[in-house]
Amino acid sequence: MMTFRRKYEERFFRALSFLFTAIIVFVLVQIIWTVVKKGFPSLSWQMITQEPKGGFYFGKDGGILNAIAGSFYLAVCSTILAFVISLPVALFMNIYLIRYQRLLIGIRFFLDVLWGVPSIVYGAFGFTLLMYLGYKNSLGAGIITVAAMITPIMIRAMDEVLKTIPIGLQEASYALGSTKTETAYKVFFREALPGFATAILLAFGRGIGDAASVLFTAGYTDHIPHGFSEPTATLPLAIFFQLSSPIEEVQNRAYAAAVILTVIVLVLSVSARLIKMKK
Amino acid sequence: MSTQIETLLKSNLTTTVVHNNIPVVEIDKVNVYSKGHHILKNVSTIIPKNKITVLLGPSGCGKTTLLKCLNRLTDLYPDLKVSGSIRIDGDNIFDAHKDITAIRQKMGLLLQRPYPLPMSIYDNIAYGLKLKGIRNKKIISAKVEKHLKEVALWDEVKDRLKTSAQRLSIGQQQRLCLARGLAVEPEIILADEPSSALDPISSRVIEEEFIKLKSGYTIILVTHILRQAKRLADNVIFMYYGEIIESGPAQQVFENPQSEILKEYLRVGH
Ligand SMILES: Nc1ncnc2c1ncn2[C@@H]1O[C@H](COP(=O)(O)OP(=O)(O)OP(=O)(O)O)[C@@H](O)[C@H]1O
Ligand SMILES: [Mg+2]
Repeated sequence: MMTFRRKYEERFFRALSFLFTAIIVFVLVQIIWTVVKKGFPSLSWQMITQEPKGGFYFGKDGGILNAIAGSFYLAVCSTILAFVISLPVALFMNIYLIRYQRLLIGIRFFLDVLWGVPSIVYGAFGFTLLMYLGYKNSLGAGIITVAAMITPIMIRAMDEVLKTIPIGLQEASYALGSTKTETAYKVFFREALPGFATAILLAFGRGIGDAASVLFTAGYTDHIPHGFSEPTATLPLAIFFQLSSPIEEVQNRAYAAAVILTVIVLVLSVSARLIKMKK
Repeated sequence: MSTQIETLLKSNLTTTVVHNNIPVVEIDKVNVYSKGHHILKNVSTIIPKNKITVLLGPSGCGKTTLLKCLNRLTDLYPDLKVSGSIRIDGDNIFDAHKDITAIRQKMGLLLQRPYPLPMSIYDNIAYGLKLKGIRNKKIISAKVEKHLKEVALWDEVKDRLKTSAQRLSIGQQQRLCLARGLAVEPEIILADEPSSALDPISSRVIEEEFIKLKSGYTIILVTHILRQAKRLADNVIFMYYGEIIESGPAQQVFENPQSEILKEYLRVGH
């Protein structure tokens, strides 16, 4: 008797799942399509090799090299900084704290909360810190803020990789007379390296795409920064500022920046996935 | 009457044999608990020097746990509560002040499942040597070759020493792990089913290696193969549900088992 009802249920929920999946795919394709359609025609050699001329908001000529270079500096440096902090923490959690499972659960929860904190909060924090220290908007401040934002992500991503290492490998290492530090940096590090690459790409992608964390901290300028104390343009803010300009050429620069950013993030996610699959 | 005398004589012999042996490992009232589960129950025994001691017992009786106690790998498991004392060359390894890495270097442990380090075949063996402070490349190379030959792996891997050890077959990994353990020249070899993934020929090679090794090493071997136990054992420990039921010289244990469980085990295992 119940077969009729269950069949009906099954069909209904399958149709529902299909519908929502289709909607999501449709929206995603629309977003990418809009960005590409608007941005692709504006992509030119000049766009990616020149700084904006006559001010990024009013000048019709030039490109977005300032934002490309700025974002690149910012994301690379903050990823390196985050890595230097994350690596010892993630190894410490999985080697030294392995006996303290309760504590580990607490730390992981705390990091997950940090992961979920909106980036504008990090931006506000970075801004407060700047004010307090009496510095102005700069590449360095942006790097520190973005690093603070992506460090919990990187630690947790590395932690997930380290967690999957069988305890037998740890036993084998100790049995040979390794200390904990040797086990961490000579055995675990190597074992986890492919997984770490994924963690790094993930954090890099998050760092390069985020607008809110750099809004109050990195500033914006027409030029490529020549030091950590100079302000810098970034791709997300290049979109944000230039899209609101009434001048069409300036808007086109925003779309070009959007295309570049989308492509970078897509490439990063795909490579992260590929590395994971290869492992 | 005569059989009684025989048993008496034998048991007498046993005691003298044990007394003549210098104990390297003295296990005294070791208990291991895991969340209310009593894994090792008041285990006390002596492992004589330069002999092969075979640990026998059904799956899950605590053989691996006992081996892990010996080099304190139990430290890694938050659930395990260990008490009692284990003396190696007179030093209690549970003493909090003891340098655990030095104790572990005295023992080569071959785990039940092989875990090659995430590096090349060559470096897997060189790793332990470097930890011991050996830096000379020539010495390291010579040792790598020597120990790979010892475990009959050299011919299979000599052309790809620099490739990842994790790509070897399980049986090759098992032999590599044995070579890695031997390379650091421990005093005691703890081997947990060293030939479980090996073909009969490599398995025989390893057995012969153990017999050769026992003049210089003390060997504790876990095996489920009764024939292998009989071929190798000088001394046997039979465990059941976390307890040592019987232990003593191989001949006595195999030919004159006392408990019903061991008799059953030997009969079925034959
Ligand atoms: N880390 C641990 N935490 C909790 N229980 C454990 C742990 N390690 C082992 N045990 C339990 O202790 C008992 C003995 O396990 P052990 O691995 O020592 O058996 P074994 O004699 O080596 O068996 P086998 O012949 O199958 O290898 C088992 O019941 C197992 O579930
Ligand atoms: Mg076992």
